[in-house]
Amino acid sequence: MPPDRTGTVGLFATCLMNAMRPNIGFAAARLLEDAGWRVEVPREQTCCGQPAYNGGDEDAARALARRTIAQFEAFDALVAPSGSCLATLKHDYPRLLRDDPLWAGRAQALADKSWELLTFLHERVGPEHIRSRFPHRVTYHDSCSGLRQLGIREAPRALLARVEGLRLVEAEEREVCCGFGGTFSVKYPTLSERLAENKVQRLLATRADVVLGGDLGCLLHLAGRLTRICAPVRVYHTVEVLAGLADGPGIGQS
Amino acid sequence: MQIRTREFIPRATFALHDPNLQRALAKAADGFIGKRAKAIAEVPEFEALREAARVRKDEILSELDLWLERYEAQVRAVGGQVHWARDAEDARAIIRALCARAGAKTVAKGKSMVSEEIGLNEALAADGLEVIETDLGEYIVQLAKEPPSHIIAPAVHKTKEQVAELFAEHHGTTPEPTVSGLVTEARQQLRRAFFRADVGITGANFLIAETGASVIVTNEGNGDLTQTLARVHIVTAGIEKVVPALEDATLFLRLLARSATGQDSETYTTYSMGPRRAGDPDGPQEYHVVLVDNGRSRMLGGPWREMLRCIRCGACMNHCPVYGAIGGHAYGWVYPGPMGSVLTPLFVGLDTAYDLPNACTLNGRCGEVCPVKIPLPELIREVRHAQQRDGLHPPAEQRVKALWRRVAERPALYHGLERLAVRLLATLGYKGRIRRLPGLSGWTDARDLPAPTGRTFLELWHAKGHDE
Ligand code: SF4
Repeated sequence: MPPDRTGTVGLFATCLMNAMRPNIGFAAARLLEDAGWRVEVPREQTCCGQPAYNGGDEDAARALARRTIAQFEAFDALVAPSGSCLATLKHDYPRLLRDDPLWAGRAQALADKSWELLTFLHERVGPEHIRSRFPHRVTYHDSCSGLRQLGIREAPRALLARVEGLRLVEAEEREVCCGFGGTFSVKYPTLSERLAENKVQRLLATRADVVLGGDLGCLLHLAGRLTRICAPVRVYHTVEVLAGLADGPGIGQS
Repeated sequence: MQIRTREFIPRATFALHDPNLQRALAKAADGFIGKRAKAIAEVPEFEALREAARVRKDEILSELDLWLERYEAQVRAVGGQVHWARDAEDARAIIRALCARAGAKTVAKGKSMVSEEIGLNEALAADGLEVIETDLGEYIVQLAKEPPSHIIAPAVHKTKEQVAELFAEHHGTTPEPTVSGLVTEARQQLRRAFFRADVGITGANFLIAETGASVIVTNEGNGDLTQTLARVHIVTAGIEKVVPALEDATLFLRLLARSATGQDSETYTTYSMGPRRAGDPDGPQEYHVVLVDNGRSRMLGGPWREMLRCIRCGACMNHCPVYGAIGGHAYGWVYPGPMGSVLTPLFVGLDTAYDLPNACTLNGRCGEVCPVKIPLPELIREVRHAQQRDGLHPPAEQRVKALWRRVAERPALYHGLERLAVRLLATLGYKGRIRRLPGLSGWTDARDLPAPTGRTFLELWHAKGHDE
């Protein structure tokens, strides 16, 4: 990769990734660095503010949006391993700050160079950097914010097609929500459970032994349901497989 | 109609465990989603139509007063009368007075969501009138003494077997539990009602300002009989139903049928205009239109204005996973599903309908299918925001949110607490998962919580000397 096409990426360490699955961050960094990008992880970053925004607290969301913008605006690109957080940065920040003359432009500028990880790998890094092997039958869960707010559909599939030995089997009803929904999963647990169960049955029907996805929220929820019903399926974030770092236990397993 | 939105959680939970309801819902969802997909695949310009409809509706709404006045003048010109109802009570009073003046004993009704909204049936029944719903679905829920559970398929929550039982009980007959058997049975019963009715009340899908016509679409033709056979025809409609010209109605009709039932057009699209003229073979002697505001003009000036574009097609609920799991009754009032999660709180109170906008995953499929491009997830979030402003979220949640915000704005504290939490959670994990976590039992009742490894990404990353 010629150096003029690379630069410095600010890696957005989403709250869930940071706490629950650091491997995703390392996998992302490995692929980016292999392709010649410099990866930095600002220490001062916290949450993108989506829980506040979806919970109706726009003031809090705005405060966190300003913090995130200040942390990341100096990089050539911001990359986040989550469609959900990225959609907040890309779509909600400009909306939240549009009436703030000091921040509206900065919000839009950051939005314009913010990328969901798999899309970035597909469009900016190029699939030729994927050189992993994963001889398994896998199915892919499209998370709703990635699918509908960012239009992520082809990128993960194109990247996975490069993985040696991997066979992708598509599930039915791919467009249907898994029932995670952030705080919804805790506020309305019985509804969330039913939607999870519906989704899990569709995933199991593919007879895949691995479930992949691009959003850790959905994956924790689905993995939690799968281990609860003792389904013999492993769950990873897609980038763990792409970087060859899916050799350890799946999410929620030992 | 009784407001039962406060019972959302128990009613939703009950619905999840009602086998008949679950069977009916699964069947309905398959039908609605598949048929719509097929119908729009045959219209390559469907997306362009949605955009055109969005733009046109917004234009109309910005001049709504003008088109309403034009419409009123046209209705008068063809011999009808227009009545303006500020709210539900006003609307009920107007219609009751019209029925009383007509000396009515029996009222036949076509399907109308506005009449549900204003609680019309109860009011007329209290006056001693016999009210007969003539739309098959409405007729079924009327017999069952239930409210509709879907805006275009009121009895979608019932299986054919349940309907057959209901008919047997009320008619003393034994109809076949098949679609044709049930339709034949209902038709025989309803024919008599049409001839008995003194007043026919219909809703309206559109009101056309240039001609003063009202448009209804049905698949059973019941609306036609309702409005032509009775002596008095009363149209009830929300003020947002007016469109300037026939071409506008055509645009919306193309979207409506495909989005609602996956048909190119509904079986009957009927225009009615004024009372019977000299020489007309049929038609009512009197023609009235009751235009209902009931909060709509207030909506016009606020953050929910876009909701007034709604053409009541039901696509949003057909594609909503929560609606698909619990059906319409759990929502506790007239409007269920995503559109109801915005509308109901505005009608009955942000407080009274607290759960509706919150019991949503914001997955966005509703907004994607809405034929007039209403950004439903954003509006739902906007309702949550209004609830936040009014301090309506549960006190415990408010405290957690306020605390979380203070912490999230302080990176050192935030990361310190996160490090502590993952260490604690790691010790609770067994075989990579936590089976029960007090304080998060909502999660762990149905799922394990995958256990973290004990170190956060940030600490591992910076410990590896990635630090500059
Ligand atoms: S909100 Fe949109 S999809 Fe839902 S009923 Fe109204 S027009 Fe149809």
